[in-house]
Amino acid sequence: MKHRNLIFFLVVLACFLALPLVIKSGYFLGILVIVGLYSIVAIGLGLLLGYAGQVSFGQAAFYGVGAYTAAILSGTYGWPPLLALAAAPVIPAAVAAVIGRPILKLRAHYLVLGTLGFGILVYILLKEAVGLTGGPSGYTGIPYFRAGGLVLNSDVQFYYLIWCLVALTLLGAWNLVNSRIGRALRALHGSELAAQTAGIDTARLKLKVFILSAFLAGLAGGLYAFYITFVSPSPFDFHASILFVLMVVVGGASTVWGPVLGAFVVVGLGEFLRWAVPLVLPKAGGEFEIIFFGAILVLVLLFRPEGLLGHRRGGRLESKVQKEAPQPCSR
Amino acid sequence: MLEVRNLTKTFGGLVAVNRADFTVSSGEILAVIGPNGAGKTTIFNLITGILAPDKGEIKFQNRLLNRMKPYQIARLGISRTFQNLELFRTMTVAENVMVGAYTRDTTGFIGAMLRRPGTSLQDQERYAEAVEILRGVGLADYADEQADSLPFGLQRLLEIARALASRPKLVLLDEPAAGLNASESQALVGVLRSLQEQGLTFVLVEHDMTTVMDVADRIVVLNFGSVIASGAPAEIRSNAEVIRAYLGEDEP
Repeated sequence: MKHRNLIFFLVVLACFLALPLVIKSGYFLGILVIVGLYSIVAIGLGLLLGYAGQVSFGQAAFYGVGAYTAAILSGTYGWPPLLALAAAPVIPAAVAAVIGRPILKLRAHYLVLGTLGFGILVYILLKEAVGLTGGPSGYTGIPYFRAGGLVLNSDVQFYYLIWCLVALTLLGAWNLVNSRIGRALRALHGSELAAQTAGIDTARLKLKVFILSAFLAGLAGGLYAFYITFVSPSPFDFHASILFVLMVVVGGASTVWGPVLGAFVVVGLGEFLRWAVPLVLPKAGGEFEIIFFGAILVLVLLFRPEGLLGHRRGGRLESKVQKEAPQPCSR
Repeated sequence: MLEVRNLTKTFGGLVAVNRADFTVSSGEILAVIGPNGAGKTTIFNLITGILAPDKGEIKFQNRLLNRMKPYQIARLGISRTFQNLELFRTMTVAENVMVGAYTRDTTGFIGAMLRRPGTSLQDQERYAEAVEILRGVGLADYADEQADSLPFGLQRLLEIARALASRPKLVLLDEPAAGLNASESQALVGVLRSLQEQGLTFVLVEHDMTTVMDVADRIVVLNFGSVIASGAPAEIRSNAEVIRAYLGEDEP
């Protein structure tokens, strides 16, 4: 099983290395870069959602904080881009470490609302702190990304950089879930009570995964800032957070690969709809695609609740029934 | 080994555990019995830190457990099973047991991501060890099955196997024989006895009197959260107050 996955990994890697040789269109390469960035965010969120069992509707905020960190440090403060990029994941991770303890005490719907609220708060800050962020009109003046003598300013270069980082992220995530820590995570997803009585500090473990997910979102954000060389608040609003959750759920939260597939599906579909909807409904606005995303989410949850890549588990209802089977009662 | 003194826990107006006093000595199998609602599971939840006591103290090897968190108590060497099975359902049987051994390894978060050499070797060792423990309770053949595919009775045994994987000093078993048939209960008694010979100490809450009488060295009887009797099985069997608690008092 592990072996098969490794071969699969290598084949996919080879395809990605060869892809820019085939695709010359800047438009398609640009999409692949964005898919790569979203994949990094989604892998982190996948660990949080699928393994630690904690949902976050605030990932776009971490993504945005990372982007603005890289932008402001390199633009306003003139940090070398490499250093600014290194800081981009650290600041969101620090934010996650501070808000993590209180926010992860919330459960289920309350956690959704808590993280959603955090996301909206950050969005408003990005919009209103005009002096620092440039406000709603955005932040310009991000230098090109350079490391040593190399200047990164083409789609192909970013494609390779970002997909290398996606590969590293996948590898790290794969190692993590196939370790003692990964087992502990799945255990806490299965039964938090039993995980605790097995000696697992579940609160701390959840916090660590939350910090990791923020770190990865921030890294993607920093890369985004240097790729586009312009940031504005709108890509980091709560719609983006919902799309990240959608990627994870569609792809399969309980697999490491799933979120990457989910990123392809969600971004690809978004682009397709942007092209197809005006052909069919010339008067439809841009908001129209959100209806399709909603419909897709419902369909996936109905027919593949474990996600496209999730192992199909028949008899979900059956196992539920078994759980609720009458048992001798006592207290 | 374990001392429970004046332990009290109330839920709203309901006194679940009322000044309970008892001790567990090293190497014994102590059964806690009592009618439904007598506070047995609450006592387990208090000992393992899932609930905090209102009054009284719980000491394990002379360390006060009162304010400790469940994972800290587990790390001192107390493990438990649950009456309403709390298995990690989507994991394999062996993985469940490997999680039980969590406290004995040190691979951290970042170490796991970087997969330092030795971690997969450690994993293989843990797997082999898990199969050994499963063999002890008769589940070795199911090691790679998903936990929730096991029949109910075997899931109970898996909970016990998981509780053993941490190499605990004290194991609390919450109704280990519930849902087992007579021969399965008999096998369970055998398993507990052989583990006792290896030096383990058990406290078990149980309704099945045959199992209790078979396996327990000593019995503590609870009623309305208070200890009303304690002693060897033979003494308990003939204790008038115990019989009254179980059968009810005659109206005068």
